[in-house]
Amino acid sequence: MTTTVPRPASRPRTRREPQQPKTSSRPRRQTGRHLMLGGIALLWLVPLLWAMYTSLRPYSDTAKHGYLSWPHSLGFDNFTDAWDQSGMPHFFWNSVLITVPSVLFTLLFSSAVAFFVSRFDFRWNIVLLMLFTAGNLLPAQVLVTPLYRLYLLVPLPQWMSDSLLLYNSAWGIIAIHIAYQSGFCTFLLSNYMKTIPKEISEAALVDGAPVWRQFFQIILPLCRPAFAALATLESIWIYNDFFWPLALIETGDKRPVTSALANLQGAYFTNPNLIAAGALMTAIPTLLVYFALQRQFISGLTIGSGKG
Amino acid sequence: MSSAPSVSSAPASPAPRKARPRRLGPGDRIFLTVIIGIPLAALLFFVWLPALASLWLSFTTWDGIDLVDIHWVGLDNYQEIFTNYPPFWPAVRHNVAWLLFTALLPTPFGIFLAYQLDRKIRFTRVYQTAIFLPMVLSLAVVGFIWEIIYNPDTGLLNGLLNAAGSGHHIDWLGNPDLNLWAVLVASGWRHTGYIMILYLAGLKGFDPALKEAAALDGANGRQTFLRVVFPALRPVNVIILVITVMESLRSFDVVYVLGGGIGSKPGMELLSLLITDNILGESSHIGYGSALAVVLLVVSLAAIGTFLVQNFRKEDQ
Repeated sequence: MTTTVPRPASRPRTRREPQQPKTSSRPRRQTGRHLMLGGIALLWLVPLLWAMYTSLRPYSDTAKHGYLSWPHSLGFDNFTDAWDQSGMPHFFWNSVLITVPSVLFTLLFSSAVAFFVSRFDFRWNIVLLMLFTAGNLLPAQVLVTPLYRLYLLVPLPQWMSDSLLLYNSAWGIIAIHIAYQSGFCTFLLSNYMKTIPKEISEAALVDGAPVWRQFFQIILPLCRPAFAALATLESIWIYNDFFWPLALIETGDKRPVTSALANLQGAYFTNPNLIAAGALMTAIPTLLVYFALQRQFISGLTIGSGKG
Repeated sequence: MSSAPSVSSAPASPAPRKARPRRLGPGDRIFLTVIIGIPLAALLFFVWLPALASLWLSFTTWDGIDLVDIHWVGLDNYQEIFTNYPPFWPAVRHNVAWLLFTALLPTPFGIFLAYQLDRKIRFTRVYQTAIFLPMVLSLAVVGFIWEIIYNPDTGLLNGLLNAAGSGHHIDWLGNPDLNLWAVLVASGWRHTGYIMILYLAGLKGFDPALKEAAALDGANGRQTFLRVVFPALRPVNVIILVITVMESLRSFDVVYVLGGGIGSKPGMELLSLLITDNILGESSHIGYGSALAVVLLVVSLAAIGTFLVQNFRKEDQ
């Protein structure tokens, strides 16, 4: 649609092209750098690999020989046991029901607010942006007591919540995630939208396009890289959150998988190998999201902030 | 809203002011009101209303059960916290230690790694993923992983130390002199990757011509970073500073999991944990917990305010 994005100073960089092939000592330096980075990366993986190793060993084996010992047998039994015995499919489903709408609505709401504050010159823009940004920086503990009371006062129809209240329902968790997280997304998206040239909107305006078309058909598609980055971060955060369900969901049955893991830990605390398997399984969805969106993740995070 | 800046027609003119669309029809206005109204209502209702209610509750005493039992006590909670609540000052000290540790070790280390990874070298994606991986994991997983490392009897760390011949167990999470540092290692493990990714993103948007100019002037790698790259990335630096401060003040999850849930452990008291203890714990002292929350809020607002002023002053002009 547009190829006239004015980014004067930065010339197009291709991925493989070496930046400057000049210094002769380059190859040796690279080896040193690889050794250092490889070592650090490995060090960072050690805790995870240790958990993996533990989860692959039967409890009887470690009980007999200790955790720091060579394996006598390895297998995925702990994983299948944790999956079957703890009702994990059910809790995974709870997590999906909370995470997917939360992320979608957070992105929709915050892109609307960002659009408003970054593309129009209204007087209250900065106040509005501050209100959203600062809201995300409030500690969760500051909100939790009044929120709990508030949730007890808000009635919901039977089909939405069998508690008939916002309390103890997935809707309540989704609502607080959307409200709380839109601050962060609004901040980043508004920075991003400011880098989109005004001329694009003006051209649309001259063509007589109403504001909603500018929003849905011009600005939102241009924000795709930012959406990829934010969707990754927000999915990870919301999926991993366990504070809100802990405080606002009473029935363990309704909690997402990260909170439910505590149940598993309580019930099987004598078998760390099984818990290791369960814990690692809960990480799979976030790993998938990260790997799927990794390519766009970093470039999307740029969010125009480097253009100081 | 009254004075509309002139929309520049010449594309080359450097118009610093935002060009406001001149005509907003009634349909446009309704659309804008709706898309701003719904998120704003959600934000005010779910975030700012509870925050103000917490402020009010901090001046009361309440067991959290019956609304009629809320009694106004003025500044009593605050006076009590500052003078007669043993875990308060340790918690403040630990929060400060947390902030200093995070600001001095994992944050610069993450920046350093980002700078190394930004050069065009092979396997960047692999290194990046390995170091960012802890950020992707849920707290349950992080807590569990460090539990099986720190466990005094069966943990990896003591196992390795015994294998090295030191002979006696160290209770990493139970010893009040050690446990904060043990938790900080776990927290730094996550924080480094977060900072690395954010800085890497900033570096991607950095104009390479500046670096080349510095190289032509004979600057070495360190000089280029300290004198050219770092100052030029000020917006990212501000974001990273705010994230470091906020994460240090709010730090809760890792300690909660490694400390075994509600109830602050000696050596691991933090403001966020004391609040949670008083609010969600068995004996609810809502007023008390809220007063602690307000203390945390005020400290956070100082950080937030600095950030917002820094960030928006430029735009206001």
